[in-house]
Amino acid sequence: MRKLASLVLIHAVLLAGAAFTLLPFVWMLATSIKPPDEIFTATLRLWPHRFAAGENFRLALTSAPLLRFALNGLIVCAGILVVQLLVAIPCAYALAKLRFPGRNTLFVLTLLALAIPVQVPALPLYIALAKLELLNTYFSMMVPFFLSVFAIFLLRQFFKGFPDDIIQAARLDGMSEFEIVWRIVAPSAWPAIAAFAVFSFVAHWNDLYWPLIVISDAKLAPPPLGMMFFADAETGSNYGALTAAATILTAPLVIAFLFARRQFIAGITMTGVK
Amino acid sequence: MTRLDPVLAAQRAARRREWLEKLTGMGFAFPATLLLVVMSLAPLAVLFVLSFTDYDLGNVDLRFIGLANFSKALADPVFRQSLWNTFVYVAIVLPLAVALGLLVAILVHGRKHTRSFYEVVYFLPVTSTLIAMAFVWTFLLHPKLGPINAFLGALGFPPLAFLSDPALVLPTLAVIGVWQLVGFNMVLFLAGLTAIPKDLYEAAEVDGCANPIDRFLTITWPLLGPTTMFVIVTTTITAFKVFDTVAVMTRGGPMGASDVILYSIYLEGFQYFHTAYAAALTVVFLVFILVFSVIQTLVLDRRTHYG
Amino acid sequence: MASVRLRGITKSFGSTQVLSGIDLDIADGEFITLVGASGCGKSTLIRIIAGLEPQTSGHLAIAERPIDHLRPHERRVAMVFQSYALYPHMSVGANIALPLTMQRLSLMERLPLVKHLSPRRRRVMAEIMREVGGIASQLQIESLLERRPAQLSGGQRQRVALGRAMVRHPDVFLMDEPLSNLDAKLRVHMRSELAELHARLQSTFIYVTHDQVEAMTMSDRVAMMDAGRILQLGTPSALYARPTNLKVAQFIGSPAINVLPGEVDSAGRVSIAGSPLPLVVDRAARGAVSVGMRPEALLPQAPGGPGERLALGTRLRRVENLGAELILHCDVIGLDGVTVTSRIPAGAAPVAPGPLGLTFAAADCHVFDAAGERLAVPGDATPATSRPMPAPLASDAAS
Repeated sequence: MRKLASLVLIHAVLLAGAAFTLLPFVWMLATSIKPPDEIFTATLRLWPHRFAAGENFRLALTSAPLLRFALNGLIVCAGILVVQLLVAIPCAYALAKLRFPGRNTLFVLTLLALAIPVQVPALPLYIALAKLELLNTYFSMMVPFFLSVFAIFLLRQFFKGFPDDIIQAARLDGMSEFEIVWRIVAPSAWPAIAAFAVFSFVAHWNDLYWPLIVISDAKLAPPPLGMMFFADAETGSNYGALTAAATILTAPLVIAFLFARRQFIAGITMTGVK
Repeated sequence: MTRLDPVLAAQRAARRREWLEKLTGMGFAFPATLLLVVMSLAPLAVLFVLSFTDYDLGNVDLRFIGLANFSKALADPVFRQSLWNTFVYVAIVLPLAVALGLLVAILVHGRKHTRSFYEVVYFLPVTSTLIAMAFVWTFLLHPKLGPINAFLGALGFPPLAFLSDPALVLPTLAVIGVWQLVGFNMVLFLAGLTAIPKDLYEAAEVDGCANPIDRFLTITWPLLGPTTMFVIVTTTITAFKVFDTVAVMTRGGPMGASDVILYSIYLEGFQYFHTAYAAALTVVFLVFILVFSVIQTLVLDRRTHYG
Repeated sequence: MASVRLRGITKSFGSTQVLSGIDLDIADGEFITLVGASGCGKSTLIRIIAGLEPQTSGHLAIAERPIDHLRPHERRVAMVFQSYALYPHMSVGANIALPLTMQRLSLMERLPLVKHLSPRRRRVMAEIMREVGGIASQLQIESLLERRPAQLSGGQRQRVALGRAMVRHPDVFLMDEPLSNLDAKLRVHMRSELAELHARLQSTFIYVTHDQVEAMTMSDRVAMMDAGRILQLGTPSALYARPTNLKVAQFIGSPAINVLPGEVDSAGRVSIAGSPLPLVVDRAARGAVSVGMRPEALLPQAPGGPGERLALGTRLRRVENLGAELILHCDVIGLDGVTVTSRIPAGAAPVAPGPLGLTFAAADCHVFDAAGERLAVPGDATPATSRPMPAPLASDAAS
């Protein structure tokens, strides 16, 4: 009997927390389908009297290029990820398996760089990009993130555990070191690479600080910045459209999360698994 | 002489292999090294240098003014307030995010059928785009239109101006910060809890350590030690870097009550273009982050303490 | 009186039945082993006795007191786990002291900062540490009291786990495969240490293992389990000499018992490969049977003679030299794929691979029906599976 009581208590607490956690999502969805007059009467109703999803979403999509924002997010995140992997994988391999002058210095430097968040070099980088007239480009959004010290550190850890014998055998078979890296060693780290990919994608999809600094043209804005531009235009007026926009911009990651839960959690909490 | 040739040839081949390995290594590491220098080290150096000058963006030349920027920052009421606000924010977020994360993890850890459900629900805020959710929160907290005030009104309380009352704005932002972090911490704690062997709890039960408080104090808490330290440091660093909610919901207001370090830096550097001053502020910011990161590295070394 | 009584214990996990109707009486001070292959339910049974799992139905009593409703620490039992389950963050001394600190200090006296406010706590802790010291010297681990479990060897950790169990002076010691994580030599040494400990403490020991040697060498009685049932309960000698089930016969004894396929005709006469034996079974069984004989009963001696030995033609394949004895591995002629082993003392006439005539006596045969149950031979005492009344205790059987 006492087991049942404690079970009820546990679920009560968890459900209360879950309700608070879901509150914004639920309210976002509920508001996005309400017409303006219902929004402005402050009730606790969830379900609207009049279904206005159509007009809210249409307004959101037409008054701001929301899909464009999502596309920008996709371009930027994919671009960043591709370059991150292209740079990090060979470097991690070299740090793990090859001996060359400056190896230890490089490793120590990567450890130090791990502690530096992007907001620190932001100022000088901005000045440099301004002088090179590269502001307001996709390139400028991606550039500071091309080097992921985290990926190097993570993959080096992985590659260190890769058996040397297989590499020796491949060398004896006449494989170039380049081929060894991409055709043999990298595929073995696929789970770590996949988890990192999730981590990187989510982090940069949701990034506001750097895009805010380098982008002023709404056509190039990634989702968070786009949301800001959209809200500026709609401040104080159409909460229905605003929450519809929020829904559209939040949906991709949330849906991806629901489908690939394990990978998401593993990826995002990689910072805890060093 | 012919007997030595194979030996010499072998030595030469070995030396060539070594040289080839060195070349390959450096070649593989080259792009990363280049980016490291260009994206991290050079900017860091420039930042330091700039912080000792009076450069504003667009100026033709600059003068070295020593530590003037730093003393200006320490005396600047706006910066001091943003420093204070940031620390207050961290002071509220840290205990809540860690304790709630731990509590939820412990409660969820024992569930069999509902575990996935709760994991998904609590982790949702971590994956959501914070800016979008920030707008939703603005609406939720709206004095006249928001459901939270409507709920308070239904209970007979007067409406609270969560975002425009200087006394309430930081705690409100802190609660939103906690909302976003609990799921993340929960997952970290769950990993730590799963690592505790089940038979320790069984042995403890036979030994008389039966009620939940004893189990927690005797086994769970000590063995979670390294995980807890790690969560604390990570939460501190994340909370210290708060920016998105401030930029979108309050813009530092009302009257600087929610101004935080990164927002100050952003304004000084990218709105007012007081570049050198912003550089000095960034250096201060960096020092704090480095201190936290050093602690984090030391903690990670302790993680393999219990064999 | 720390007797243990189990009646009708069953356990199911969902639709899987793990234990089906276990009845067992264990006398005070007895060393009883539950032995069987993995999955037979022995670990589940000992966990039910400890109170870590509730039984699906059935009753338990210790010292005549029903304990079904009692939580583990209220049952006056102590348990040694296979992995020892030592608290890694506590010193050896704190590990052993834990049961006593839980028992004698109130919650307030255990809370992290508050506990230092209590004067009683200091007195009680001193008392506890004295007792811990006493137990530690009994187990010869006094020098280890300040160390952490991670710094100890396997044997030392085992003793700490034992100390933690002993410090509570329980009615019953429960041990779940405590020796399986030790290397072979250490296992042999710990076997005798455990047997001596039992003799010294004279407490009831319930021991679980899959190793039949441990079961045979340490126990007063052995319960062999299979698929959730007790197949046979008896002294080690009884299980060896008169196995009531083919599975028992095959599990106990090393090298394993030889099993030859045979038939019983309508008159009850047993024959192997068509050759009848002077062996008649009681029950009206007919059809296929298994005839078992121990390796030491199948010898390269001449047929006939005073024991009326019967011949079995074989081909010797391989000789294993164990020093004091030889194990002969032979293929039976006329029975495809059937191999037998014979155990002879070393120093007997040297044997080389090739044809070898082995002989056995009908009296050494154990006959089992198609279901594995022992078939009685006239003159046998009635075979029994599990007895509700405890057998008389062998006194200090190991010495």
